[in-house]
Amino acid sequence: MSIASKANSLWEYANPKKFLTTTERVLPFFWVSSAAFLVVGLVWGFFFTPDDYKQGSTVKIIYLHVPSALMAINCWIMMLATSLVWLVRRHHVSALAARAAAPVGIVMTLIALATGAIWGQPMWGTWWAWDPRLTSFLILFLFYLGYVALWEAIEDPDTAADLTSVLCLVGSVFAFLSRYAVNFWNQGLHQGASVMRAGAITGTDTEEKVSNIFFYPLLLCIVGFVLLFIALVFYRTGTEIRARRIKALLARERVNA
Amino acid sequence: MIALLKRDLTLAFRAGGGFGLGLAFFLIVTVLVPFSVGPQSSLLSTIAPGGLWLGALLACLLSLDRLLALDWEDGSLDLLATAPLPLESVVTIKALAHWITTGLPLVLAAPVLGVLLNLPVPGFFWLVVSLAIGTPALSVLGTFGAALTVGLKRGGLLLSLLVLPLYVPTLIFGAEVARRGATGMETATPLLMLAGITAATIALLPFASAAVLRVNLR
Repeated sequence: MSIASKANSLWEYANPKKFLTTTERVLPFFWVSSAAFLVVGLVWGFFFTPDDYKQGSTVKIIYLHVPSALMAINCWIMMLATSLVWLVRRHHVSALAARAAAPVGIVMTLIALATGAIWGQPMWGTWWAWDPRLTSFLILFLFYLGYVALWEAIEDPDTAADLTSVLCLVGSVFAFLSRYAVNFWNQGLHQGASVMRAGAITGTDTEEKVSNIFFYPLLLCIVGFVLLFIALVFYRTGTEIRARRIKALLARERVNA
Repeated sequence: MIALLKRDLTLAFRAGGGFGLGLAFFLIVTVLVPFSVGPQSSLLSTIAPGGLWLGALLACLLSLDRLLALDWEDGSLDLLATAPLPLESVVTIKALAHWITTGLPLVLAAPVLGVLLNLPVPGFFWLVVSLAIGTPALSVLGTFGAALTVGLKRGGLLLSLLVLPLYVPTLIFGAEVARRGATGMETATPLLMLAGITAATIALLPFASAAVLRVNLR
């Protein structure tokens, strides 16, 4: 079969077998390339960029912090998309991909929070501040926890997929709402606190300000994290599909026995 | 719809539990606050709006797992689902009954407890207003959480974990109204945001709750 005839519709990958064979073929590419991007990006970033004149060597934490924060948010968006696909088209692979992605998202959120704290300690003089960005990330973390807990709590897989999908939709709205509500709350609380100004440096609005010396290795790290995320989700979705198959086979055994 | 509302209210009043328990919990949380942070009246009046809002929110949360679980256990939820009344209305009525039995008493009790926490005088009015506008959203969101976890054996803790993040925007704006009111600042912006959140949740969330409930009753 040629590539063209295979890839004529995205929905073909809703077939678990098709999904498994395809991901198995492309997975090594994703593993290797993400490792390559990450190694090059991190080594370049850590050893071949100068220290920032103000932040010293702590600036280099950006190479882990920004990509992981980016993927933490994108992971939730991906879960939102797959949840919608599950609700509309009832493709099991889609629901399983959302389930497989959630723990990856949790880890990404934790990496972002932890690296942020490690950077914040010497720079802001505190591990934690109730800055809007930090706070909304913590709330995102809570949403991830609730989502995973709901998956684990329900035994029937289709019910679990339905309920978590709806939770993901409602949660997305409220996570988004919280993001901006928190902005409002903090301005009301500490007007003009120094953390607020420092907080503006960490986020995405800095990308223009980051000088090219730091930006190119950062870009490599971001690409590396994206590839790593795709690889992990493919891998974990494959595991979920196989676990589901084993369950079905065992059930069939029991009926026949 | 009226009949269902009457039934829920009668059940709540006669069975005792829900009505008094939330209030008592609110009282205890408020009494415990000075023990944990110290009795200085200036400190207490600073944290009073937020403390009262948090207490009301937790008291609301406490009664959520009974919201649908009792009807689930004795099977009346199945009857309601097959009744001609759409499930969306059932869920809305359930939330309304929960608000009347839990949210409304909290709103009325809040000024009394405000005295305990040395709430500044202009704060009383805004505390009541913000709670009156905000607690319906808490009930509706709680109904969604209760519908998600209704079939589970130990759903109570999971319910809290699911619902609390959803409460964040309501809490932020509600407590902000009370805090600004207490310090004599302008309250229009957070009040409008709070009212907007409440109106949107009442309008939209019953559809999600009903959808989830249908899955659970399948």
